[in-house]
Amino acid sequence: MARQVRAGSVRIQARGNAVALSGGEAVAYAMRQIDPDVVAVYPITPQTVIVEAFSESVAEGKVGTEMIHVESEHAALSACIGAAAAGARAHTATSGPGLALMWEVLGVASGMRLPIVMHLCTRALSAPINIMCDHSDAMAMRDLGWVMLFGENPQEAYDQALIVQRVAEHRDVLLPSVNVIDGFTVTHSVEGVEVLPDEVVASFVGTYSPLYSLLDPQRRVTFGALDPNEYYYEHKRQQIEAMKNALPVVAATLQEFGELTGRHYNLVEEYRTEDAEVVLVVMGSTAGTVRIAVDNLREDGVRAGVVRVRCFRPFPAEEVAQALRRAKLVGVLDRSLSLGAPGSSLYLEVMAALSQRMLSPYLVNVVHGLGGRNTPVRIIKEAFSQLRLMGLEEQRREPILYLGVRE
Amino acid sequence: MTVSLRELADQPETLAPGHGLCAGCSESIVVRQVLYALGKPAVVSLATGCLEVSTTKFPETAWLSPMIHSAFENAATTISGVEAAYKALVRKGRLEARDIAFVVFAGDGATYDIGLQWLSGALERGHRFLYICINNEGYMNTGIQRSGATISGTWTTTTPVGPALQGKAEWRKDMTAIVAAHRIPYVAQSAVHAWKDLMTKVQRGAAVDGPAFINVLAPCNRGWRHDPKDTIRISKLATDTCLWPLYEVDHGVWRLSHRPRQREPITGWFQSQGRFSHLLKDENKGLVDGIQRRIDEEWKELLERCKGSAN
Repeated sequence: MARQVRAGSVRIQARGNAVALSGGEAVAYAMRQIDPDVVAVYPITPQTVIVEAFSESVAEGKVGTEMIHVESEHAALSACIGAAAAGARAHTATSGPGLALMWEVLGVASGMRLPIVMHLCTRALSAPINIMCDHSDAMAMRDLGWVMLFGENPQEAYDQALIVQRVAEHRDVLLPSVNVIDGFTVTHSVEGVEVLPDEVVASFVGTYSPLYSLLDPQRRVTFGALDPNEYYYEHKRQQIEAMKNALPVVAATLQEFGELTGRHYNLVEEYRTEDAEVVLVVMGSTAGTVRIAVDNLREDGVRAGVVRVRCFRPFPAEEVAQALRRAKLVGVLDRSLSLGAPGSSLYLEVMAALSQRMLSPYLVNVVHGLGGRNTPVRIIKEAFSQLRLMGLEEQRREPILYLGVRE
Repeated sequence: MTVSLRELADQPETLAPGHGLCAGCSESIVVRQVLYALGKPAVVSLATGCLEVSTTKFPETAWLSPMIHSAFENAATTISGVEAAYKALVRKGRLEARDIAFVVFAGDGATYDIGLQWLSGALERGHRFLYICINNEGYMNTGIQRSGATISGTWTTTTPVGPALQGKAEWRKDMTAIVAAHRIPYVAQSAVHAWKDLMTKVQRGAAVDGPAFINVLAPCNRGWRHDPKDTIRISKLATDTCLWPLYEVDHGVWRLSHRPRQREPITGWFQSQGRFSHLLKDENKGLVDGIQRRIDEEWKELLERCKGSAN
């Protein structure tokens, strides 16, 4: 039965529980259902769609959230840190340069083990200034102790918003967590999103009961103490442990979510890899394009496959290696640069995962989509064919392939 | 609202002894006066600085109140988050409402310079918190560097004295007036020697429903180059020379808190601290005269602003 649902400023038609939402609106829809205690956000393109849609929920009195309209992204996360230390469930959202401005406090949030949730709408870093999608922002936070899940479409933007809430607050984890969705490609694309009833979400995310709170009158606690060299390393060791614990917690949460919704996700997702000789590894919205390219190639008799990494932090090295164990040619799609390095982030991590397990397919880094450069099926097919040529002729081999760039 | 020494003596301790602040340091004196004066539980947010590193060295803490330190510049925003959490949790019925003060302690570097934007944002948003700037006119924790609160002619490790420069070239910014320009309910200047003045102002600041800001002069004997026993005497000299007048801006009304019986010339201030020793030389008389004129002008301007209000 069709009914009217209001999300953001768009009036949309809903059939059953499928609602037409953009990725950003889907995140705001999830936030409205989670009803975080504190939300601190600063507007930046392409994230703005989230802050606008959520502000409407606040204005309409649909949430009990205390919304803090901060004066910068650094302040957004700083306010979340104060709120989370005070026992509140806190959310923020940002993009590219905003995430760069937060950098200092990203480590403060994880070092204090505060389960803050962030929605990152990926955007290229300046300069040159560019508002479109790539992963240079997300990759710059990879070493700072945040659990990172990469979504592919508006449905996953919604689903992951709920999933990261659970992961972050799990007692064995207690790490800030980020729902990474591609700027514009996902944030501004409207698709049918199956939303859960409010009460199902409420029971899935539960209520947050903090271990320590600044507002607990019985336990007066000091947060953010000076750690001399006798202790700093051990506290970092505990973060290593928390991040290790996060991997089975993410896997179990994805499974529970699958049982609840019928939408089954994994740390690493394989597509037509069972007999694949040539495989592309991918994160984010490019995954769908790669699957279409694989379908096309399969029709031509090419044994192509896709390994899509959803959970980037912690990095599921064993699962990635398992997925690639039969492949002879592997291209790792990176949507960011690590200037001066032998390859970009995902490539180096896949290489480490394989090399630790004595697996040595021919491995190429495939850089694509920087600054929102479109990556159509044709370009992905070209990557597959170049990979296959490199597999046949050793003299053609190059460590990094820059897809779709004008030389 | 009055504060008596007798009542003070009966108060439980607010900052545990055994911390690492220097002998003669103003900071613990300010903190204890502020927390005594509140008369209610506080949640404290600290900026990075001497106070934070000296009171929280793991595995010990001197804090008897719940305390959070996040970074150098964002103490005002951190407390914004705590206050917002309090409001949301009470509204949702997950926390019992009670009378708590949300307090920030931050140095002049964290307030005048690196944290100005974060403070300004928190003031504009109108959170209920009391911000105490413990102003020792420089970056003392990192080793005595000049800040926006340092006056001209001051020796610091980044404004040394040599043939080309006689200490800091620039004047300080008027941070208290900058905060007052945010039109928050309560703004004041106080100093560590003026315990009754400070504690009365803390009570006024903690009573308002919104932001309150008190800029407290706090001599640092290591950075100012004076004897640890002279901290309180030197603080008093700052008000007697009118270099650091005591006043408040209560709901927009400017009021002088203290008028020195006899104004002391600024030379006495310069003589009291090693950081100004170069200014005592004859060739720097012009510089000293210029600073005196500046202080005179600012004092006159303040009296003008406070005209019409009782003091």
